[in-house]
Amino acid sequence: MDFYIFLTLAVISVITALLMVFARNPVHSVLYLILTFFAIAGQYVMLNAQFLAVVHIIVYAGAIMVLFLFVLMLLNLNKDSEPQKSNLWKISGAITSGMLLVVMVGALRNQIQLPAAAEYQPDRGLPAVLGRMLFDTEFVVPFEITGILFLAAMVGAVLVGKREIKV
Amino acid sequence: MLEIIRQVPVEYYVLYSAILFTIGVMGVLIRRNAIVVLMCIELMLNAVNLLLAAFSTYLSDSKGQLMVFFIMVVAAAEAAVGLGILIMIYRNTKSTDISLLDKLRN
Repeated sequence: MDFYIFLTLAVISVITALLMVFARNPVHSVLYLILTFFAIAGQYVMLNAQFLAVVHIIVYAGAIMVLFLFVLMLLNLNKDSEPQKSNLWKISGAITSGMLLVVMVGALRNQIQLPAAAEYQPDRGLPAVLGRMLFDTEFVVPFEITGILFLAAMVGAVLVGKREIKV
Repeated sequence: MLEIIRQVPVEYYVLYSAILFTIGVMGVLIRRNAIVVLMCIELMLNAVNLLLAAFSTYLSDSKGQLMVFFIMVVAAAEAAVGLGILIMIYRNTKSTDISLLDKLRN
């Protein structure tokens, strides 16, 4: 049963990702990518990472994709203004990425020695466990550095977006 | 539902993530709209996130899920700065076509 849910979500996400790449209208691309993200959030729930699933939906579908949609609407991009690459370029891109997939599968197949699966503990994805690791024990310094990264990104985005800077 | 990692081999997650990552690479290669290229980069980051979460459940270790949080943070920062740069490009060239940005080539 679980296997079929995994398979369904995987097929949905792969199909919507392909539609995202091949949609001519960039607004459709954004909407297909949101569907992909929801399927991936379903995978997180299946992996018993509930908090991760919720954060994924909030951050990606709620913030990042809204930002993308907002920029698309702001620049008034639609099907007519969409630049297209030539068919030769598209075919060569598809072949190149297909060869990348073949190389990755060939490199990973029967080559990696996985450690045995650890004993299953169902509390690994709960906010209490993650929060204790993030704020209390071993990920405190990376967390603070993340705050600095956000500050730098915010200042950078504002400065880049300004029209003219008087020095 | 609680023991999915026992029912779905972790190799399937590796294959699934590789497929999603490859679709992202393909989008970067064949699209010319800079916004769609940025979206394909988000898709690649998500493929890696999914694999980290799968291994985190496989090994019963929360560190993988925390790595996913840090990648999400970087993705959010990257999207904000990237879209800011994109708006500046649009102001200067009146287009989001990345093939117009070849001034360094000459």
